[in-house]
Amino acid sequence: MTDTAMPAVTRTIDARGSFCPGPLMELIRGIKEGQVGDVLAVLSADKGSKTDIPKWVEKAGHQLVGVFPRDGYDEIIVVKMK
Amino acid sequence: MSDTISFVLFSGTDDRLQAAAVMSAGAAALGKKVNIFLQYWALDAFRRDRIDLDHGLSPEAGEAGRAAVDALRAAGQASWKETLSQAKELGDVDIQACSLSMDLLHLEESDLDPLVDGVEGVTAFYISAEDGEIVFI
Repeated sequence: MTDTAMPAVTRTIDARGSFCPGPLMELIRGIKEGQVGDVLAVLSADKGSKTDIPKWVEKAGHQLVGVFPRDGYDEIIVVKMK
Repeated sequence: MSDTISFVLFSGTDDRLQAAAVMSAGAAALGKKVNIFLQYWALDAFRRDRIDLDHGLSPEAGEAGRAAVDALRAAGQASWKETLSQAKELGDVDIQACSLSMDLLHLEESDLDPLVDGVEGVTAFYISAEDGEIVFI
């Protein structure tokens, strides 16, 4: 998916200072606080989170829009489904 | 896969407690019920007056290990206390002190950090652990 086709981000969670499992925990907090349909972007420089967050999203029943490499970090975009 | 996982923390060094905190947080993130049972030196590290102190590292860490741990911490890694606190906030994590270790260390519940939910014996711990795995660290 290209950036132009991306849904509008409701909330950005900057977890670039966090290490595994910090970014995932910050995402979970954001999902708990949000509404169904919210689009959350997690910014993470942690390698483990790049694989763990998509796996968690699938298991928890949310939707992964994608993992987008940025300059020195990843932007992981997730839609809250329930 | 069971919905409950239990960790018995015995060692009181910061590296082992950090590993235990990360394992607990990951399990809590998946919605598992996490039980943590504190014995011996791990319990000592949860004392209200000691939890924020340096608890050293496992002997195998050596000087290079010490430097690596310090570098990650300086880069902003959350402490094991912070990671456990976050795990408790987001999931179902219950931390209990072993009553026998409380006696061994001459501790009262009021001596422990508020992260600790209570004091129980080993049988109560096994009942809480149900049929889930028990990991000793």
